[in-house]
Amino acid sequence: MNATGITETTQYLTFRLGDEVFALDISKVREVLDFTSITKVPRTPEFMRGVINLRGNVVPVVDMRLKFGMTKTENTVNTCIIIVEIYLDGETTILGALSDSVQEVIDLEPGQIEPAPKIGTRLRTEFIKGMGKRDGQFIIILDIDKVFSADELSIVKDTGEQASA
Amino acid sequence: MNEDYEIIIEIFKEEACELLSEAENSLLELEKAPGNKEAISAIFRAFHSIKGGGGMFGFNNITSFTHEIETVYEDIRNGKIIPDKELIDISLASCDVIREMIKAPHAEPDENARDILASLRKYLSQEKVVTKTPAESPKKAVTTEQESARMVTYRIRFRPFPGIFATGTNPVLLLNELRNLGECCMIAHTDEIPELDEIDAETCYTAWDVILTTSRGIDAIKDVFIFVESESELAIEIIDDSENPAENSDYKKLGEILIEKRDITQEDLESVLGERRLIGEVLIDKGLVEPACVQSALNEQEHVRQIRENRIRADVISNIKVPSDKLDKLVNLVGELVTVQARLSQTAAYREDTELSSIAEEVERLAAELRDNTMNIRLLPIGTTFSKFKRLVRDLSKELGKEVEMTTDGADTELDKTVIERLSDPLLHLIRNCIDHGIELPEVRESSGKQRKGTINLFARHSGPNVLIQVSDDGEGLDKDAILAKASERGSITAGQELSDDEIYSLIFSAGFSTTSNATKISGRGVGLDVVKRAVDFLRGSITIESRRGAGTTITLVLPLTLAIIEGLLVTIGEEYFVLPLSSVEECVELIQKEVSETRGRHILNVRGKAVPYIRLREQFSISGIPPAIEQIVIVKHGGDQVGLVVDNVIGGHQTVIKNLGWIYRSAEGISGATILGDGSVALILDIPKLLMCALNEETVSLNFKYNI
Repeated sequence: MNATGITETTQYLTFRLGDEVFALDISKVREVLDFTSITKVPRTPEFMRGVINLRGNVVPVVDMRLKFGMTKTENTVNTCIIIVEIYLDGETTILGALSDSVQEVIDLEPGQIEPAPKIGTRLRTEFIKGMGKRDGQFIIILDIDKVFSADELSIVKDTGEQASA
Repeated sequence: MNEDYEIIIEIFKEEACELLSEAENSLLELEKAPGNKEAISAIFRAFHSIKGGGGMFGFNNITSFTHEIETVYEDIRNGKIIPDKELIDISLASCDVIREMIKAPHAEPDENARDILASLRKYLSQEKVVTKTPAESPKKAVTTEQESARMVTYRIRFRPFPGIFATGTNPVLLLNELRNLGECCMIAHTDEIPELDEIDAETCYTAWDVILTTSRGIDAIKDVFIFVESESELAIEIIDDSENPAENSDYKKLGEILIEKRDITQEDLESVLGERRLIGEVLIDKGLVEPACVQSALNEQEHVRQIRENRIRADVISNIKVPSDKLDKLVNLVGELVTVQARLSQTAAYREDTELSSIAEEVERLAAELRDNTMNIRLLPIGTTFSKFKRLVRDLSKELGKEVEMTTDGADTELDKTVIERLSDPLLHLIRNCIDHGIELPEVRESSGKQRKGTINLFARHSGPNVLIQVSDDGEGLDKDAILAKASERGSITAGQELSDDEIYSLIFSAGFSTTSNATKISGRGVGLDVVKRAVDFLRGSITIESRRGAGTTITLVLPLTLAIIEGLLVTIGEEYFVLPLSSVEECVELIQKEVSETRGRHILNVRGKAVPYIRLREQFSISGIPPAIEQIVIVKHGGDQVGLVVDNVIGGHQTVIKNLGWIYRSAEGISGATILGDGSVALILDIPKLLMCALNEETVSLNFKYNI
């Protein structure tokens, strides 16, 4: 057991937001979709891009760039929606994460992962499970449950009110 | 295999819980009428079944505990013990104990359980505490019950005496009486009616053969004919009995029936049997028997066959238990089917292909039928929820020293399973409030000229696409002044504000609102009504309160029948599609530019002389783009008011399968869900009450800002 709590070699899906590479535990990823039209839900913050029809299910989509304080995701040929399963309040929910492009699936051994630095990532530390090291490049491994935790999404209401005021 | 075993145990637990609530209900009935034999048997049966089930799984605690209760109730049934209030208290307490035991079957019985056992044993004479084995008795009880309900089929031949009309008897009325006894088929023999010119209008020429299946016994049939029996020709025979079903399910052959009824003789039959035609036809041809006789015999054959078939069917399937998640899957599938059907209809309309359109229409009809049927499966009578509260009322009123009786109406009103589950909590809070705040103490009631015993009525009724559920009491009613005082103290209203009764009453639903200064164990913390409000909001329902000081309070919940599919009105604003629940739409009108300029920018519309305010959804939802030259207004009703919603276009009615927007959009204001349109795009469903409330708040805020209040 090391500082990151990661003890086994796990597969990760890597994706890009701008020129940064992020990774998600593959067991959290259900599928990857091409960009489709998103229906905006009125009076909600901008990072919540809206909902899509996923084979008859309505699935919310979140713009990861906006969520992490970058500019809004531009729609390109590589833009895609990563459908993730998140565990919220004892329930599994499905959510689409809009990202610039999906890279590949990689194996990372515990030894290749370092704990997240306390400062300097421009991200809240609890969002990061660890920093993967590969080919001399750092990959930010996200704790997707934390990113979309109940606290995080409850700010939605406040921002919604601000937007309308 | 282990998994299977687990499942079986789960089933046992579930069933045992159901049996316990049945037993509780019967106990409460028994309390009202201590001699109620049916209730005693029901209690006995429930405990016996639990004991049996417990024994099967080796839950010895449950078995030995229920055995003691069963023993007591056996003595009650035999009249050795008269059940008193104390015994019923103990029995109810033991239901709780058993419920605990079912949850943890292998835990040691606690102090409480032992106390209850000890008090139960007091009711039994010492020597037979252990020795009794009442395994035989319940079976007997069951058979006697079945005996009375046995279905027997009779053949009745009734030939009224010719002068029957002179006695003032109308044979048709007698036959109608027979019809009321059970399933019945009749044939009239008209062969004795003479030629028209020979008919004596006051003579009865007709005779009847009646095949009747009834559980009422032969005496009931004889009673029908009691005044004509002596003079008329009446023969009643049993031809089929559910107790001894024939070995082969075929009923007698036509010839046999005719012989049995002495319409033909054995020789006649044998002589025609040589010919290979339908026996009935041959007999008629040869003039051996009247066509009516053959018809009657054929009817008899058919009737008995039907009865037997029904009986077999009833034996095989009466009820199927299905896990609710399977039903949910079915509902989802039907939802998807409805979506695809919408796409098909859209495509057919677009192609202008009549053949395809007719298929699309057929599919639409089937899908609608399938949807209704599926929704129906999910409907459950609300009575199960109602009866749960009987126990609550009894215990609570006792605790508070009040005398309360609960009555229910419309317990068989059916509602969606989810709605019923979600209703349980709010109803609980409403009833608690009735008992704690509504109903006065017996002395107080007497001094104000009411009966000592207060009444709480639970009432359910369908009303269009909604269900009304009312909780009313005849207690002291709401104290408007106290509510107003408390509200201004809390700052929810400003002093001097004029409020209608409805507005005052709705104040009590805000969180933490309570006029009681000291919270009791039961209520007074101001949480309960907030729970009610939230639950009803979640179910897209509404609440109204009527109250008269001193006379009582009625709280009415209006809830939609189902949560899965609604009839909607599809509209567009810019590129976006929205669905309005059709149940709240009143009419659609055009927004004429001239009128807009006449009202100087105030959002008021003149609808047949009535001023109706309107909201521009495009502004409300901050949708960019330029509205079309002619906009549409959908007028919706909210409470007693009409409000117009301005949209770009009204597309038309739409079968809306409601999809949840998911957790992250739970606070989206004015949107209650989403649906998928025929072309695969997503439309949002508007939550009209929330939307209007939101718009109102914003207007107040912006006005306050404008005038610097």
